[in-house]
Amino acid sequence: MDLSQAYSSMWADIAAALPLVIVSLAGLVVVVFDAYRNRHAATPLITLAALVLAFAVEIPALSADGTAFHGMLRIGGAAAFVNLLILGSGILTVMLAMPYLKRLDMHIGEVYSMVLFATAGMLMLGAANHLVTIFVGLETMSVCLYILTGLVRKNQGAIESALKYFLLGAFSTGFFLYGMALLYGATGTMSLSDMQVAAGSGSVMFWAGVALLLVGFLFKVSAVPFHMWTPDVYQGAPTPLVGFMSTASKAAAFAALITVLVLALPPERWTGVLAVFAVITMVIGNVLALSQSNVKRMLAYSSIAHAGYILVALAAGTPEGYSGALFYLLVYTVMNIGAFGVMSQLEWDDAQGSTQSLDSLAGVGYRRPLLGWTMVFFMFSLAGFPPLAGFLGKWAVFAPAIDADLVWLAITGVLASAVSAYYYLRVLVVFFMKSARDGEPGTAAGEAFVIPTMTRGVLIFCTALLVVLGVTTFAWDLTGTFFG
Amino acid sequence: MEITLNWYLYLSAILFTMGVIGFLFRRDVIIMLMSIELMLNAVNITLVALSQTMGSPAGQILVFFVMAVAAAEAAIGLALVIAAFRNKLTIDVTEFNLFKY
Repeated sequence: MDLSQAYSSMWADIAAALPLVIVSLAGLVVVVFDAYRNRHAATPLITLAALVLAFAVEIPALSADGTAFHGMLRIGGAAAFVNLLILGSGILTVMLAMPYLKRLDMHIGEVYSMVLFATAGMLMLGAANHLVTIFVGLETMSVCLYILTGLVRKNQGAIESALKYFLLGAFSTGFFLYGMALLYGATGTMSLSDMQVAAGSGSVMFWAGVALLLVGFLFKVSAVPFHMWTPDVYQGAPTPLVGFMSTASKAAAFAALITVLVLALPPERWTGVLAVFAVITMVIGNVLALSQSNVKRMLAYSSIAHAGYILVALAAGTPEGYSGALFYLLVYTVMNIGAFGVMSQLEWDDAQGSTQSLDSLAGVGYRRPLLGWTMVFFMFSLAGFPPLAGFLGKWAVFAPAIDADLVWLAITGVLASAVSAYYYLRVLVVFFMKSARDGEPGTAAGEAFVIPTMTRGVLIFCTALLVVLGVTTFAWDLTGTFFG
Repeated sequence: MEITLNWYLYLSAILFTMGVIGFLFRRDVIIMLMSIELMLNAVNITLVALSQTMGSPAGQILVFFVMAVAAAEAAIGLALVIAAFRNKLTIDVTEFNLFKY
């Protein structure tokens, strides 16, 4: 290939990966803009505009199919779906974080540039088709998320959770990378699509590499027993950004895991391993969530449990399973961003700041009808009640397991989600059926606080989307076309 | 005696294990950071040795990315250590126990 040919193919690649380019450039623009106009009101708007533009550019790519940059990135299909999910999650997060950070007096440009760079990393991870892009995407995402976690430097808890997240995250990166190196040694290639052909040998090196790689992935999606960081990080980090971390980063990591399972590894060997992780993740996540008195911590354990439900679909190992997992990621993103959005508002109802214990939320549903009623939708959906999207999502992940003769796994999943109804509905009991005692901290201070219009919009949008996704199947049908 | 690929792989496996043990059993955050660096660089040895043996440049390219990421992680890690030290006046990980369930 001569130089001019390479040059023209580069422009075609850039056009194909345009959302990634837009988001990365916007991140750089925000960094420079913030240096000249510190804490300017336009910074979040630039961020939002870039994310919306990238979202709009990505929509037509859904029907495309191919690779870019010499097989480094996948374009279209499942990759486009995951990219839209990540960008949507970013848009909603920025809209929630803007008023939240203003109240916290942490309305600084770095937040938005870090959100943009993290999004760029996720976009790369979700569309990765090569071990190098997986690694670079994963680390770009993780490093930005460590910073976002420790953003509120004055808060001891935030620093502590960022330090824990960083140490364990970097530790897991070591395993992940060693797994990559061994896979590379065993197959002689780093391109995921070439790996399956070469994998036939099945040497010790290959299996050791796969095991280490899985450890890295399971850490990033916070599956038990690699979940220890999740509750601490989710409790300590700024609440709207937790919504981002728990949804977009998980979607990207699961998308990369699905790519590895579909493209790189020999089929029909992973059901047993993934089923074991799915069972312990669902059981331990749900059981530990039962005893939490802090709502954010409860939601952290619930997000561990939800990773378990998605692993059920992956354990099935069928095209229906993979598309079900993608659909579940969409549903999970909508309801989790909503739930963390509600909690980010209720932090200000509590005089003690961000403690968010269940007791301090007594009767909040009547004082704040919008927060209360949207929370009803999010909790019922997380618990999996029809006709909300959570039910259809659970159907999409458990049905493939039954089709793949993993009935015991699906039954475990259903029982685990039955347990989860207890702690989700307990939140609503506290919201609506308990009255705040006199002298309860924060009740008086909370009255004065007006919920920002943007937050209202996001919460109502998430609620509406949950209903729409629950009663129509267009999104599910869409994911069904990706793994044909 | 000829030095074969396996020697490099054993060396890197031993270094990686030393890094893991150091991370798990030391309580000083700085030492833990150094252990992580040891793990990443042990992987670099594997990658370079494999790349050289197989005559494929991909492994050595990944090494450059690993070095960049290791530098970024060191920067973030040390910044967090400083922030944590300002709050607690210690960097012993067992002292960071604000969250309990």
